[in-house]
Amino acid sequence: MESPKNTTEAREYVRFSRLNRLLHVIMIVSFMSLALTGMTLKFSYTGWAVMLGHIFGGFESAGYIHRLAAVLMIGTFVTHLIDLVRRKHREFKSWRALILGKDSMLFNKKDLHDFRDSIKWFVGRGPRPQYGRWTYWEKFDYFAVFWGMMVIGSTGLMLWFSEFFTRFIPGWFINVATIIHSDEALLAVGFIFTVHFFNTHLRPEKFPMDIVIFTGRMEIEELERDKPAEYKNLIETGTLEQHLAEPYPPIVIKAIKIFGWTALSLGFSIVVWIIYAMLFAYR
Amino acid sequence: MVEETGKHFGLLITLVLLCLLVPASSLSQENTDCFGCHSDKSLTGTKKGKTVPVVVDEKRFSNSMHATLTCISCHKDLEGKEFPHDEELKPVDCGICHDKEQALHSKSLHGNAIARGDPLAPHCNDCHGSHEILSAKDRRSPVSPMQIPFLCGKCHTEGTKVSQQRTIHQDHIIANFSESIHGEGLLRKGLIVAPNCASCHTAHSILPHTDLGSSIARKNIATTCTKCHAQIEVVHRKIIKGELWEKEANVLPACVDCHQPHKIRKVFYSQGMADKDCLRCHERKELKASSDGRSLFVKGEDIGYSRHSKIACSQCHAGVNASHVRPCETIQKKVDCSSCHAEVGAQYVKSMHGQLEAKSDRNGPTCKECHGTHGVLGKLNPQSATFATNIPDLCARCHREGQKAATRYTGGQHEIIERYTESIHGKGLMKSGLTVTATCTSCHTAHGVLPLKDPESSVNPKNVPSTCGRCHHGIQEQFERSIHTLQIGKTEKKLPVCSDCHSAHTISRADAQGFKLDIMTKCGRCHEDIAKTYFDTYHGKVSQLGYTKTAKCYDCHGAHDILPISDPRSHLSRERVLSTCQKCHEGATRRFAGYLTHATHHDPAKYPFLFWTFWGMTSLLIGTFIVGGVHTMLWLPRALQMRRQRKKNSQ
Repeated sequence: MESPKNTTEAREYVRFSRLNRLLHVIMIVSFMSLALTGMTLKFSYTGWAVMLGHIFGGFESAGYIHRLAAVLMIGTFVTHLIDLVRRKHREFKSWRALILGKDSMLFNKKDLHDFRDSIKWFVGRGPRPQYGRWTYWEKFDYFAVFWGMMVIGSTGLMLWFSEFFTRFIPGWFINVATIIHSDEALLAVGFIFTVHFFNTHLRPEKFPMDIVIFTGRMEIEELERDKPAEYKNLIETGTLEQHLAEPYPPIVIKAIKIFGWTALSLGFSIVVWIIYAMLFAYR
Repeated sequence: MVEETGKHFGLLITLVLLCLLVPASSLSQENTDCFGCHSDKSLTGTKKGKTVPVVVDEKRFSNSMHATLTCISCHKDLEGKEFPHDEELKPVDCGICHDKEQALHSKSLHGNAIARGDPLAPHCNDCHGSHEILSAKDRRSPVSPMQIPFLCGKCHTEGTKVSQQRTIHQDHIIANFSESIHGEGLLRKGLIVAPNCASCHTAHSILPHTDLGSSIARKNIATTCTKCHAQIEVVHRKIIKGELWEKEANVLPACVDCHQPHKIRKVFYSQGMADKDCLRCHERKELKASSDGRSLFVKGEDIGYSRHSKIACSQCHAGVNASHVRPCETIQKKVDCSSCHAEVGAQYVKSMHGQLEAKSDRNGPTCKECHGTHGVLGKLNPQSATFATNIPDLCARCHREGQKAATRYTGGQHEIIERYTESIHGKGLMKSGLTVTATCTSCHTAHGVLPLKDPESSVNPKNVPSTCGRCHHGIQEQFERSIHTLQIGKTEKKLPVCSDCHSAHTISRADAQGFKLDIMTKCGRCHEDIAKTYFDTYHGKVSQLGYTKTAKCYDCHGAHDILPISDPRSHLSRERVLSTCQKCHEGATRRFAGYLTHATHHDPAKYPFLFWTFWGMTSLLIGTFIVGGVHTMLWLPRALQMRRQRKKNSQ
C-alpha cells in the first residue's frame, strides 16, 4: 500500500479495539513463554527439552519465566474483565444487554444454526452461512481461554503455593493438580497451535497470515465476504463509517508480520516437538 | 733340809703334770675314741625316737675332705661330754666353717623349707653327704658336675614325694634336661663344663623364679645364661618369626621366652659367611649366570641404603656353604622372604599372586617383583616402589589395559588404572599427594589379593563394607544398620554394597553433578518400578533435564542410613517425613507431606483418583481434537475452493 487515498475504499474497518489488540499481543507472549517452559518440563526426557532447558538458563530460571508469564496472563485476564465492566458502563445500559445482546460473545441460537449450516456447506449440502460479528469458532476460542484460565490457572497456583494450599487441602491434591495442569495445558497448547492457527491463519483464503488481530483493521470487501451478516447490519444501521480508519503504514505492517511469523513458527515447532515426544520418546 | 725340798718339788711337779694330763687325756676326745664304738656296724642309736644306725666308715672318713677334722669340731654339742654321750644330737651346723654357703642356703627355697620344718627339705648332708664328703672336683662326689642331675633328680624326678606333694613348676625336669643340648653335652658327651642344675639355679641360693633375687627370675635370666653364652647378642638371630629379637634396644630378652628352660633344643647353625666374601665375586659388573646369562652383579651400596642393610647376604641366601670354594653352588632354592616375614608370607601363599606363583605361572608376581631384591626400601620411603603414591604405578605394571594381568582378566572391571587415576581417590593420591588416600593395596590388601568371587577376598561383596569401612568407618556403621544389609532388609534379593552405587574404580565425589544424576540410575537398577514413577513427578522431570537442585532418591531416603518406613529412625517414617520435606520446603505442613512422591496415573488400583483424572483429561483432549480436527478437515476443501475463486475473480 503506497499513498493513502481519501476515498472510503482505502480506509479499513476496525473490528478490534486498541486495548484488545494489546492484550492479545501480551497474551501471545505469555502463552508462548508458558508453553515453552512448561513443555520443557513435561517432556523433560526428550533431547529438545534439555536444549530448551539450557536456553532458558536452567530449570530454576525457566520456572521463574513460567511464573512471570502466568502472572502476566492473569493480569491480561483481569484487565479484560475490567475493560468489559467499563464497556458496559460506556455502551450498554445493563449487564443483560452486554451478555445477551446481538454482538455478545455468548453462544446463542444463531451459532447453533451457523454450526449446522457450516457442516452442510462443508459437505456441499448448502450455501455458506451468513456469519455475524462473532462466529461460533471465534466464540469457542474466546471461552477456551476462560476455561483454560480457570483450570490451568487454579491448578498452577496450587502447584506454585503448595505449602500454603496444603494447609487446607490434602497433599495428594497436588498430584491431581499436576495431572490436570499438565494435561489441560497440553490441550490448550495443541489446540491453539493447530485449530486456532488454522481458523485464523491457515485457512487457505487467509493464508499465510491474518493480521487483523494486531492491526484491528480489515478491508471492507473482506468484511463483506467473511461476515456478511455483520456487514449488512452495519450498512443498515449506517454505522459502518464510524468504524473506519486509516490503514497502518507499511513499516508497521512489516513489523507486525515479523512478530506474527515468529509466533507462528514457534507455535508450529512446539507442535512438532510434542508430536515427536509423544510418538517416539513417550515415557 | 734342802734335799727334802728338792724331792718334794719334784713330786709336786709330777703331780701337777699328772693332774694336767689326766683331764687332757680324759678331755682329748680323739677320733679314735669315737671310732672305738662308731666303727661297729651294728651300733644303733635313736634319732627323733627312731632307731637309726650310727656307724661311720672310718676309711671313707679318712679319705674325705674333713679327714683332718675331729668329730667334735662338727658335733659341737659332744665337746667335753663323757661316754656314753646323749643319743639325741643336735644337727651339725655346717655354717661354723662354711658360713657363706650356710647363709645363702638359709635364705634359699630349701633353707626356708627347713625352717618351716618341712620333712622333705634337703639339709647339707642330703646333697653333700656327712662323713664321706668329697671335693666337687672328685668324679665320685655327688656334687661333681656330671653327678648333679642325678643328685637333684633324687627329689626332682617324677614319682618322688617332692614332685608329687610339693609345688614344682616344671615337670619331667631330668628327662627333659637329659634330652636337651645341655644334658647331651654333659651326660652323653662328658663335657663337664656344660651346664648342670647348679649352673643356672646356683648351688646354695636356689630361689623360686618369682623371687627377684633368684638367678632364674625373669630379669636375671639373661645374666644367668650369658655366664656361658657371653656376648650372645652378637651372634643371635635378630629377626625371629617376623619380629625383632631384642624388643628393647640393647636389652637382652628373657631367654626362656623362646628356649624352654629344661628343653633347650638342639640347633645346628650353619657356618656363616661374611658379606665381603660374597661381594668378592658379586661386585664384579661382568658377572653373569652360566645358565641363562642374566647378570649376577650386586651393587653393595644398594643394600647399604636398603632396609636390609643390617642383614648378611647369607641370612637370605641361606643355602650357601662356606666350606665350598664357591659357596653359592649349594644354593638350591630361591630366597624365601617368609623365613623372616612369616605372617606376610602366609598371607601371600593364600593370595591369587601366591597361587599363581605356586603353579610356577610366570605371570604371578613374587616378592621381588614388587619390592625389589637388594635395594628394598621401606614403604614410608618416597623412593620405594611401595610408597603410597607409587603403588598405582606398581600395580599398573601388570594391571594396566594391555599388560599381562589385564589381558588374562575375566571380570567386569576395565581400564582400572585409567579410571582410578580420575577417581576421587586417584586424584587425592596422585594429584594432591595425599598419602592416606585409598590406593590399590588399601582395598585389595598388599599380600592377600584374591578375586572377587573368593569369599575371603577383601573385595568380595560380603567384605566390601568393612574394607571401605577401614577409612569410612562412620558410613560403614550407618550402612550396617540400614535396610541394605541382611539383618535389617531380610530379603532373598541381592543387596547392594558400596561398590554397587559408587563403582569400584570410578569413585567420584558424591557432590559432583554427574554422580548425583548417575545415582538415580543406580537406585533404578534394583528399584525399577518405583524409579519410573519418580520420573513422573516434578522432581523427577527436573532431574531428567539434568539439574540436581531437586529432591533425588537420597535426599528423601538417605544414602547409607536407609531404613524401612516402619522404623521411627527412617527419614520417611511418620514422625520424620515432614522434617525431610522441610529440608527444602520450609513452609511445609503435615498435609503437604501427603503428596504422593511416587504416584503414577497408570495404576488404577493404587491411585484411582490419579488414574481417572488422567483419563478424564485425556478424553477431553481427544474429544476436543476430534471435533476441532474434523471441523477443520471438512472446512479445508471449501476454503481452498474459496481461495481459487478469489484468484479467478481478481484476474
